[in-house]
Amino acid sequence: MQQGLYEIIENSALADSVMRMRLQGDTSAITAPGQFVNIRLNGLFLRRPISVCDIEADVLTIIYKVVGHGTAQMRACLPGQTLDLLTGLGNGYDLSCAGDAPLLLGGGVGVPPMYLLARRLREAGKQVQVVLGFNTASEVFYEDEFRRLGCGVTVTTADGSYGKKGFVTDALPEAYSHFYACGPEPMLKAVCRATKTPGQLSFERRMGCGFGACMGCSCKTLTGSKRICKEGPVMRKEEIVWEG
Amino acid sequence: MGRLSVNLCGIELDNPVIPASGTFGYGYEFAEYYDINVLGTISFKGTTRVARFGNAAPRIAEAPSGLLNAVGLQNPGVDKVISDELPRLQKVFHKPVMANVSGFSVEEYAEVCRKLDAQEQVGWLEVNISCPNVHGGGMSFGTDPAQAAAVTKAVKAVTKKPVIMKLSPNVTDITAIAKACEDAGADAVSLINTLLSMRIDLKTRKPVLANTTGGLSGPAVFPLAVRMVYQVAKAVSIPVVGLGGVSSAENVIEMMLAGATAVEVGAANLVDPCACRDIIAKLPAVMDNYHINTLQDIIGGTI
Repeated sequence: MQQGLYEIIENSALADSVMRMRLQGDTSAITAPGQFVNIRLNGLFLRRPISVCDIEADVLTIIYKVVGHGTAQMRACLPGQTLDLLTGLGNGYDLSCAGDAPLLLGGGVGVPPMYLLARRLREAGKQVQVVLGFNTASEVFYEDEFRRLGCGVTVTTADGSYGKKGFVTDALPEAYSHFYACGPEPMLKAVCRATKTPGQLSFERRMGCGFGACMGCSCKTLTGSKRICKEGPVMRKEEIVWEG
Repeated sequence: MGRLSVNLCGIELDNPVIPASGTFGYGYEFAEYYDINVLGTISFKGTTRVARFGNAAPRIAEAPSGLLNAVGLQNPGVDKVISDELPRLQKVFHKPVMANVSGFSVEEYAEVCRKLDAQEQVGWLEVNISCPNVHGGGMSFGTDPAQAAAVTKAVKAVTKKPVIMKLSPNVTDITAIAKACEDAGADAVSLINTLLSMRIDLKTRKPVLANTTGGLSGPAVFPLAVRMVYQVAKAVSIPVVGLGGVSSAENVIEMMLAGATAVEVGAANLVDPCACRDIIAKLPAVMDNYHINTLQDIIGGTI
């Protein structure tokens, strides 16, 4: 983990309520796809955790959906402004068990962390299949970016207004070696039921600190209680205990 | 003694700054971020007789200048704390540590304290009779002078280490509880724990926290904490440890003027992992600004 000031070099709309922010600063603490940063915002006490979409040299890309006070304030930020970030938080995805043809499943704002993961897997010579799920056509983003990495891409929308109608689980390919998923919890639960291989899933939880101090985001797993922010957010399919 | 040092119940602290229980784990994880030996001491995560997972999620809610938490005393239980957590802390922290203890009965408090009393690493026992987030325990001991005294007596009977009773602000007159603890033999009191609070989600019309209520902490509670520290310090003759929203070197000095011998920093650690280190580093310059020679001189200076 590292704390530092990052200068905003881009903050632009990608899709309906979905923004992309690019920040310049030290990215050395970010060691794996699936990690997150925790952003301090004026007038808000708790930092806001956002997953890392990409890193290139000293530029960090995040994609966020405007859903509340914190993300609304982020949208109002202008290039040139600096933000106080904690970076390199969470465990991130384990690429060592990807196999030859991993499957990446992203739902909504669960799509961004899949991008750096896809890039790393492509760099390792893997054949990567990606299924991106959205509610509706106006919320779709990053389809072309994944294609440019050389991934096989399928897009689903719940209302059928773009791509295949349905959820990511309605568009699973026949064969894949391992799966990686990030998205809302109902999606993750459905993914676990629908997939036939081991896999890794990234969870979202209301957090206090984001670095393991407050125990605010603890969850039960078959391998003991874990902090989503520290031992997570990525967990293995085999260890998850579904609540409710 | 240095400019910053204070004496808390016979043990010298290099400086009065102590990360508050529940915001610093068992300490060693923060050693990844800075040398935690700069701290006065550490009050570790509230420890109970058996392991507790704590409350359902969400456990955290935002507040203006603060946060609500309803973690519910998640901890691995006293035996694991002694066998796993304290040895890990000992490798990276070479000062006496403050053991924070919670319980659901007078007997449990005494049993946990007896076990921690046997640990050389432990300098003080901070006995939490004020957790607002667990049912049938915690805070109920800290809202009734007779029960607070009963816990104090039971703990004092099993330890020779200094006993600091951690008090709840969720009472009509905190000085009555503090005096009951003092009369029962407490060596010090610490205050304030969090304030019982609640947030409601406008979309769902349900409480934000799964536990319905939680404890408010952060800068929002600082003036209230200063007031209570001031009142208690006037009412008792034992040392007072001040906490509640402290987030700067200036806040530390204000707490000490109100009567605090040492000062705990809680919520600030959750926003800035290096908060305590930075506060300690800034203390000498801030003391110069206010013509303070040594911190020991200013304890209770406003009383």
